Amino acid sequence: MKEFAREVRKDIIKMIHNAKSGHPGGAFSCVDILSVLYKKILFVPVDWDKSLDFKNRDRFILSKGHASTALYGVLANLGYFSKDFLNGFRVLGSKLQGHPSSRVNLAGIEVSTGSLGQGLSIGVGMALAMRLDGVKSKVYVLMGDGEMQEGSVWEALMNANAKKLNNLVVIIDKNHLQIDGTTDEVKTLEPLEDKLKAFGFETYSIDGHDYSQIEEALQNAKNSNNLVAIIANTIKGKGVSFMENNPGWHGKAPKDDELKQALEELNVN
Amino acid sequence: MLIKNPEIKSPRNMYGDTLVELGAKNPNIVVLDADLSCSTQTARFQKAYPDRFFNMGIAEQDMMTTAAGLAYEGKIVFASTFAMFATARCLDQIRNTICYSKLNVKIVATHGGITVGEDGASHQALEDVSYMRSIPDMRVIIPGDCSEVHQVIQYAANTPGPMYIRIPRTNIKDVFDSEKYKFNPGAGVKIMDGKDITIVTNGETLNEVIEAAKKLKEVGIEADVLHYPVVKPFQHIVLKQSAQKTNKVVVVENHSIIGGLGSAVCETLAQYYPTKVYRIGTKDTFGQSGEQRQLMEFYGLTDKKIYEKIIEFMDVK
Repeated sequence: MKEFAREVRKDIIKMIHNAKSGHPGGAFSCVDILSVLYKKILFVPVDWDKSLDFKNRDRFILSKGHASTALYGVLANLGYFSKDFLNGFRVLGSKLQGHPSSRVNLAGIEVSTGSLGQGLSIGVGMALAMRLDGVKSKVYVLMGDGEMQEGSVWEALMNANAKKLNNLVVIIDKNHLQIDGTTDEVKTLEPLEDKLKAFGFETYSIDGHDYSQIEEALQNAKNSNNLVAIIANTIKGKGVSFMENNPGWHGKAPKDDELKQALEELNVN
Repeated sequence: MLIKNPEIKSPRNMYGDTLVELGAKNPNIVVLDADLSCSTQTARFQKAYPDRFFNMGIAEQDMMTTAAGLAYEGKIVFASTFAMFATARCLDQIRNTICYSKLNVKIVATHGGITVGEDGASHQALEDVSYMRSIPDMRVIIPGDCSEVHQVIQYAANTPGPMYIRIPRTNIKDVFDSEKYKFNPGAGVKIMDGKDITIVTNGETLNEVIEAAKKLKEVGIEADVLHYPVVKPFQHIVLKQSAQKTNKVVVVENHSIIGGLGSAVCETLAQYYPTKVYRIGTKDTFGQSGEQRQLMEFYGLTDKKIYEKIIEFMDVK
């Protein structure tokens, strides 16, 4: 798992360096979660819509669409599409749009996101449809903690509970940072876990970089018959010393020397 | 095509009944509302198919994005509330989630325009067509009577992709003979034939324009009356041919003169046949409380007011 996540982190930093723009901080904070999800938890056929089991796949929504490189990196390393595609990140005409787009038909990409706070409502809609259709798999939505400041997120949480969904898992990549500073400074979400409990969710609070904790929480979520929210405490920029816990690396590309240093650190750690 | 003995009917009831009719045929149809189902008449669908109806509460942003999620799973989604709250309130959700991904969501908004009446400005959507028209891949349709509402809702259910359909609060006098009229999204509809002036309209002002055109005829002005239910994608041919004949165009709509049918007509004529155009609608202003007919009169949308404005416009060189 560690090796896999390391490969993805290297791909992320190379993609963003190559594109000269992108969002490394929030991609690094959720790579470990995505790695465990895709390698251990989700059933998502690698031949995507060509699979006879396509309808029964688990649905994954990256609500924090700016972490697109993390998802692209995971999908490419698992063979959903060629790793060559990664060179096209943010390039005119590419399927690897700055923020994930379902408009361009890229295997593994369920929905378009980018405008924050919408992934959860989409997930609720999918979960309602799957219940109607008797599809037994689940919807997993990965959100950023910052985007929980969007009011419609709470509309969706309220609705998930009101509609008694039991096929929806919310994972919050709680890296504590947003563009203008810490989430506590800008507009605190606390007490987040109590709020989620009050909205009817079974909650787990974990270290979002500890593979065994991530797997255990996700396994519990998968087996649960309730709404589940996992608060994954993470470090923005995790894996590259000068990016860690630095809001300046929310949406910035590394220069050549920074890329070199980042890759060296990733190879060692 | 036009009906001989018109009755006055509720387009909202027609919407609700059509949903029920479609729901019986197609199990993939689902309906969402934001706590206004008794007004929009989606409650009729709820009564018939409770499992396929989702009341989203007073949460329009969540409604539109949830509609998107259902559409991602292959559902044909009708999402309804008042035009005021179905558009501006959740514009980002409609643009970035529904339209960007070309999802099969039909936003059917009732209470469009000034004729919401006594509730006043906060409930009178006068800019909704403008918002919706500007989003790529969004189709915008404003039916002119109940038989057309029936056909447009059927068309929506059978046509993939996002759509905005605007229905008024008011009851409408029948225009079309439902046996003979066939809604055609590919062309404007010629209602009356004339050589002196073109009048373009849609929605509940269609009846007003027909009456105004009859009055004009009495004083020797023959109006070419065009009904354009499909504001987007706007089909230019019928309009262009009419403008070539009359060289004078008036647009009448229950909407701001900025961004709606009037703008669509001006943009089209600017490209295909530059013509002097006079736009009748609300003029960059908010509405206010009042009785429906009074408001129509105040904002110049009754047959009489339209007639007077056109007489004035006829003298403009």
